[in-house]
Amino acid sequence: MSEKVDVTEPRGTVAKIREAHRILSQDGSDLLYIDRHFLHEGSHHAFDRLREAGRSVRQPKLTFGVADHYVPTSPDRATEVTAKMIKRLDRNARDFGIDSFGIGDPRRGIVHVAMPEQGLSLPGTTIVCGDSHTATHGAFGAFAFGIGASEVAHVLATQTLWQTPTPIMRINVTGQLPAGTTAKDLAMTIIWRIGTDGATGHAVEYDGGAITALSMEERMTLCNMTIEMGARSGLIPPDDTTIDWLKGRPMAPQGAAWDTAVTEWRALRPDPGAVYDRELTLDAGEVAPMVTWGTSPEQVAPVNATVPAGADPDELSYMGLTPGVPLTGIPIDRAFIGSCTNGRLSDLRAAAGILEGRHVAVPLLVSPGSEDVAQQAEAEGIADIFRAAGAEWGASGCSLCVSMNGDLVAPGERCASTSNRNFRGRQGPGARTHLMSPQMVAAASITGQINDVRIIAQQTNAKGMS
Amino acid sequence: MKPIQTINGPAAILDRANVDTDQIIPARFMSRARAEGYGSQCFYDLRFNQDGKPRSDWQLNTLTEGPVVLVTDENFGCGSSREAAVYALMDFGIEVLIAPSFGDIFRTNAGKNGLLPIVLPKHSVQEIKDILRSAPGTEISVDLPSQRLCAGEMDTTFEIDTRLKYRLECGLDELSATLQQENRIAAFEEEHLVSSTWRIPTKNKEGQKGPP
Repeated sequence: MSEKVDVTEPRGTVAKIREAHRILSQDGSDLLYIDRHFLHEGSHHAFDRLREAGRSVRQPKLTFGVADHYVPTSPDRATEVTAKMIKRLDRNARDFGIDSFGIGDPRRGIVHVAMPEQGLSLPGTTIVCGDSHTATHGAFGAFAFGIGASEVAHVLATQTLWQTPTPIMRINVTGQLPAGTTAKDLAMTIIWRIGTDGATGHAVEYDGGAITALSMEERMTLCNMTIEMGARSGLIPPDDTTIDWLKGRPMAPQGAAWDTAVTEWRALRPDPGAVYDRELTLDAGEVAPMVTWGTSPEQVAPVNATVPAGADPDELSYMGLTPGVPLTGIPIDRAFIGSCTNGRLSDLRAAAGILEGRHVAVPLLVSPGSEDVAQQAEAEGIADIFRAAGAEWGASGCSLCVSMNGDLVAPGERCASTSNRNFRGRQGPGARTHLMSPQMVAAASITGQINDVRIIAQQTNAKGMS
Repeated sequence: MKPIQTINGPAAILDRANVDTDQIIPARFMSRARAEGYGSQCFYDLRFNQDGKPRSDWQLNTLTEGPVVLVTDENFGCGSSREAAVYALMDFGIEVLIAPSFGDIFRTNAGKNGLLPIVLPKHSVQEIKDILRSAPGTEISVDLPSQRLCAGEMDTTFEIDTRLKYRLECGLDELSATLQQENRIAAFEEEHLVSSTWRIPTKNKEGQKGPP
């Protein structure tokens, strides 16, 4: 019989969800039940293990696949490898009885964009996927985190996962994001403040007026980037914004089940007096448009700053920069708008607001986060704005975030990107990545250099600014 | 997974913090099946220039044989959850990692595969590095049951998760261990999904495919 935690003690949301999913504890590890398991093409290792062991998937109805990492943005960039990996996922899904969104499925998209659209990411659930940006789903008040292939196989076979309970860090963001700054800039500001190991070993729970003011898409961006702080997960407790967004989604609860769910979801809010293992407070008013200059998300600064004096010479040599160089004015060779961080409709709309009536100075690839985002962008005229500006409107997928699908940044090329990691070689061997918000990428692609979008927007009276 | 009691072998230093898993195994190699091996691709773009020649600035290129123990800096294995990073290190010959901290998911992945991640305080890691630098070729030995590590004259202990230690010592596959808890899983699952039916995705609306 599992020992129950004293439930009269005030608890935060992560603590409540963990406790509700704990089957048993053994030697300091908890066995947690998993409500949602999302898969992409990287799951081939796990399925091979299941086949070798002769095991089946315990709960196909809680398991969903989608092709994203290897999907080409253009048919002429497809390769044997991309085709093989997508087919492999299709075959594994078919053989194991799993619903998987393949090429041609209107539900397809990047896993952390597509699954929420379907109403699969719900408050109070445990959600895992073999991808570190699974933290994205924490935006819905779910306890969501990335796992490796061995754990994927374990969840497929048992619908459970062993977890050492991690300490919980509350990040409280007060005030208001200034005009021209975004949830992406907020995330990058936090990483600047605490580093890529600032939240290592912690589950993060967000709080504060600036957080509750965020839209669902902005919340997904913030929770997505929480992994770059070293955290296991990022969560925003559910509220009316969450509930309104989920209502009526294809696979979300309906009827009486919906009513029950909403009641249970509202009870997930942190109890007054809940105590956290660590606390951080930040004023959103301090946030500026941010740009990475190095090869780690923590090597970042406001756009009107310079490359720091103490920067590692090795990093700077890779990036082709020197200390004291202003970030504004650094020329770029190409640009990318997309990824599970910033590939949603509001991201595209914001970028289009800057690009409207202008033309790009460098190649810009736009990969909408999902088929649904693409369709809505077409209907709203956003896709037309990108095309008129000379951008390539590609198919949806992970694309240049991780460059597994045939899209590549050439050695030495500088790419302004809305993705989440600027690691060496991630966008291609020798590639130089500068992470920033969608609006900032749009501004950079017009001018051919890194620029403060607030100034560019004023110059063009763009509609993208709030 | 073979049981681990003691590990002895040559050690190498990697003086680099925040080595992310993209560096350990570039994404373009990840379509390989496990059986194809990942050792030749380990640290590929740090080891080799774009023309395929070994880079002179890569510390590990000076070794004549693959290290058994890798001593490195904080946040090793940060970034992507790719378990191929663990495969690459193990296929390269590494059995033990020593660092002040590891990327969270990477550390878990290492344990699942029998690659031993040892966390030591920064000053201890520095001490080991000093020993290795002053006496190159010094072997490091690790005794898992007693949680002891020796490098030259240095003799220290390390912390390790109880469950992980037990599994590694026995060479126990975690999946088999969990399936011994089938009755408790089934009982929990029934109550969990019945009391909150909203947890089960609503299926088969018009135009939506279900499983075959």
